[in-house]
Formats: sequence, C-alpha cells, structure tokens
Amino acid sequence: MIEQHLPLLVPFTYLFSALMIPLVGIGGRRYAYPVALIASLLATLVSVHGLTVVLREGAMRYAFGGWAPPIGIEFVLDPLSSFLSVLLTCVTSLVLIHARRSVESDVGEKEIPFYSVTMLLMTGLTGIVLTGDLFNLFVFLEISSLAGYAIIAVGEKPAPVAAFRYLILGTIGATMYLIGLAFLYMLTGSLNMADLASIIPQLPLTPPLVVSFSMMVVGVALKMALFPMHGWLPDAYTYAPSTASALLAPIGTKVAAYVLLRLMFFVFQPSFGRDMLPVGDVLTYLAAGGILFGSIFAIAQKELKRMLAFSSVSQIGYIALGIGLGSQLALTGAVLHIVNHAFMKAALFLVAGNTRLVVGHSRIDQFDGSLRRFMPWSMAAFTVAALSMIGIPPLAGFFSKWYLVLAGIEQSAWWIVVVILLSSLLSAVYFFRVLERIYLREPSTAGAVEYEALDRKEVRMSMLVPTLTLSGALFILGLFNSIIVTKVIHSMLPLGL
Amino acid sequence: MIEFIQGYYAYWAIVMLMLIGLYGMLLKRNLVKKLIGMTILQASVILLFVASGTKWNGTVPILDASRSVDDPALYINPLPHTLMLTAIVVGVATLGVAFALLISVYRRYRTLDEETLLKQMQ
Repeated sequence: MIEQHLPLLVPFTYLFSALMIPLVGIGGRRYAYPVALIASLLATLVSVHGLTVVLREGAMRYAFGGWAPPIGIEFVLDPLSSFLSVLLTCVTSLVLIHARRSVESDVGEKEIPFYSVTMLLMTGLTGIVLTGDLFNLFVFLEISSLAGYAIIAVGEKPAPVAAFRYLILGTIGATMYLIGLAFLYMLTGSLNMADLASIIPQLPLTPPLVVSFSMMVVGVALKMALFPMHGWLPDAYTYAPSTASALLAPIGTKVAAYVLLRLMFFVFQPSFGRDMLPVGDVLTYLAAGGILFGSIFAIAQKELKRMLAFSSVSQIGYIALGIGLGSQLALTGAVLHIVNHAFMKAALFLVAGNTRLVVGHSRIDQFDGSLRRFMPWSMAAFTVAALSMIGIPPLAGFFSKWYLVLAGIEQSAWWIVVVILLSSLLSAVYFFRVLERIYLREPSTAGAVEYEALDRKEVRMSMLVPTLTLSGALFILGLFNSIIVTKVIHSMLPLGL
Repeated sequence: MIEFIQGYYAYWAIVMLMLIGLYGMLLKRNLVKKLIGMTILQASVILLFVASGTKWNGTVPILDASRSVDDPALYINPLPHTLMLTAIVVGVATLGVAFALLISVYRRYRTLDEETLLKQMQ
C-alpha cells in the first residue's frame, strides 16, 4: 500500500509536520524540535527506500486524485529525482540534529514558527524535485522561496534587508519562469514534463519557443544564483541564522540547479540547448566567470560565513559548467558536484555555526590557535571539508572536479581546465588563510584568557556528531565515488546526449 | 509595422506593464515602490496567461444546451484561469511576506530607502 504512494510521501511528511509543529507547540516550545527532527528522519528513511525501489524496479509515477497525466498532476520518482530527494533529506536530517542549541541561541522564542517554516521549505524543495508538472514546479519553487525568505529574515540585524533583496530578485526569477511557461503552454497546450518532452521535438524553432526556453533558463539561473545573477546570495547567507544558512547553502541553490538540468535535458531535448540555441555555451561562459569571480571575492572576505557564501557562488559555477557542457562526463561531474558540494558546504556552515556559538563571532582576522586548542574536532571537520573544497584526493571534491576537467578535455575546451585549476588554487588561498590562523598562529594572550573564561569549550555531542558525519562522508563519497557514478548517476542521465 | 501592432493590443499592453513592473523593481530606491513594481509585474504575467486563453465569441466552459458541445472554438480555455488563481495566491503570499519584512526593516533602521539602508548596513 505504502509502495504505491512513495513519490508523494517525502513532501507529505514535511508538510504534515509543518502543520503539526504549531499544534504541538501549544503544549510548549520544547515540543517543536522533536517533531521536526522525527519528521525529517522519517522522510530520510522513506526517500532512501524510494531510491532502492527505483533502482530495482524503475521509475514510479503517482497521479494525483486519480487524474491520469497529462491532464492531472503527477509526481515522478525516477533515478534523478529519488537521488536528489535522498540528498535533500539526509542533509536536512544532519543539519536538524545539529540545530537545537544553535536555533535556541539565534532565534530564541520564535522556535515554533522557525521549525514549522523550515519544514515548509523542505516541502517546497522536495516537491520541486519530485513533481512531474511544470506549473506545479513553479508553485513548489515559490513555497520554498517564501519559506527561505522567512528563515533568513530572523537572523542578525541586517537580515530582513538581505531577505527583502532576495525576495525581489527571487520573485523576478519566478516571474521569468512563469512567462516562459506561458509561451510553452500556448505552443503545446501541456504542462506535464513527460508529455512536453514528446511534443517539443516536433515543434519548429519559432521565436515563442526560443523566448520560452531562454526565459525559463534565466529565471531558474536567478534562483540558482548563477553569476552574474548572484547578487542576493552573499548577504542572505551571511546574515541568516546559522541553521538557516547551513540548510539553504547546501541544498537551496542545488535544487534550482536540478530544475535547470531537468528543463534542459528532460523537458527540452538535450540537443535543443546545444545545437539549436547557444544556451549551453552561454551557461558555460557564465559558469566560468562565476567560478573565478566567486573565488576571488571569497579571498577578500573577512567573515567566515560571507567567505563561504562567495565560495558557494563559485561552486554553483562548477555545477552550471557541467550542465552547460552537457556531455555524459560533464553531467556526471555536475550531479556528483551537487552531492559533494551539499556535504562540504553543510559541514563548513555547521562549523561556522559552532564557532559563532562558542566564541560568539566568526571573523577570520580574530581566529587564532585557541580555536584549535578548544574546538579540535570542529576544526578537524572544517579542515577536511576545506581540503575537499580545494580538491585534494581522496576527498569527494576532487572527483567531481576531475569529471568536469575530463569533460573539458573531451571537448578540447582547454580553457575550462585552466579555469578549474586556477579556481582550485584560489580556493586553496582562501581556505589556507583560515587554516593557517587556526593551526599555525599561536593564541594571543588576550584571546587565551578569553577562551579560558568560557564555560563551554568544544560544542556538545549533538552538534559535533552531525558535523563530523558530514565531513567523514566526504571520505566515503570520495573513495566510493565510482560506485555512486556507475550504479546511480549513470542510470539517471538523460538519453540522447 | 502596423500588422505588428494591430490585433495584438492586449499583448502590447501586457509588455508595457511588464516593463513598468521590472523598472519599478530594479530602479526605484524606495522599498515599497519596489513592491508596487513587483505587483505590476505579477499582474502582467497573470494577464498574459488569461489573454492566451480567450477566444472571439467564446464563452464560459459550462455546458449550455443552446450551443454545440463538440466545438471547442465556442468555449474559452479555462485552464490558464485556474493556473492564474494559483499564481494570484502565490503573489498575495509573496506580498504578505514582503510587507512583513518591510515592517521588520523599518523597525530596525527607521528608513525604507535602499541607499540609506545599504550605507547603514556597512
């Protein structure tokens, strides 16, 4: 009975808990967190089960209300969407295990709405991944974005301004997507992805089709913070509460990258964005620009979370680069990088949250050896994630970059190899700047006295375990990447590349 | 040139609204004016969808004994309208969140002017 409803269950679990949290919250604030945690653990189990079923038996479709698609709305659990939903639910569970103290100190008595909105965010993100209908996707996109604005806005003093700017740009992105959808609907009379995929190849290349495709790509690229449309991202991630940025940075923009992948290779045929329109090339150039821009600006930042936000701009570039190149190798690299970056960024942002909780700030110029002495485990996790971001084998980050480099060589686009190597060097610069302070700089006497006075040195186990799990996972993802690639990623790549 | 405009008045009006909305969102300094721009932009997209569903001499898609049931040209396509009901709800929700953010911004900074805000954030 459950099997047949699998595609629906993950978003439904989150949605149900989003409604339950305010209800149980009547009994007291302390009940909000367990409900959110249990729901996300449950969703993780369901999504892992979904992935195994899909890999064994092939894609599952769920027609809402018994209305057969393309008239009704359907949810599709295929290898790509089930894999992404496993990623989303796993990262969310780990971040939520970590969240309790961090949310308490950042958000205080607004815990109940915070957890409820977080669950709504996850409803939206998993809904985007699982839906098989383009308009439904727009609705989920807006659900997740609205929830995202809300959890960003409860952060530090400038957070509402950052959230407002994100809202303005995000709404422009969503509206662009909707305009594109309007043209596509006028041309085809359908909104179902599978149905569209069979109609679009028969259409002549007319201006409305071009407008529709480019509007949708631009809209999604805005949500994805692809350079030069990344303006909203650094402020939003910096001023958001630690838990919100640890949740949004790894998975928020990745879901938009998934939408781009879905649009370009599953709804439109892969040759459309490559041969008929130069969208793939444009994406590649923008991605390369973003990779370099993000890395260079990350070097200039004085605040850890802001540095990580700029590094996100650069990492999103890698994913867009893979999508833009659009070969088998490149897409493997892009999907692998979605996974790797989710784990790396989650680990890094959790450590940033830990230092904020213990030391009270995360300003890089005030880091010194006392961090290493008092928070050895958090800093070890940071180091592993940072090395993975730079791309040191056998950590996960190396392998996705490797696939992208191979894809560049395969298409004899040597400049891509140069860009990736250069950006790896630049990321070595900005991460070693932090690592040097932590490991080589002797603690200043004033700092040491200050730390001695702190009653809590390293963070609690409940916060340490998820941080270490995420960075430990980088070893596993790296060492077993060939299994992930051959067993999972190859089955999800589109046909006709 | 005339053919380019004639018969497409609705679409030209929609494009004008779209541009006005985008202009407001991107170039106005006052945050409330940005929101007004946002509403205009969303309204223009809603009109675009609704305009795409209309037909000359078409009527509401409700079974009418005096009209033929077989001819789809007699009935307006209802799907864009229903889609736009959802889009309107999304728009209202966005506007609600945006106003909540503005109230919070004003309480913290006592201004809604973007340049002043950016200066104060530094």
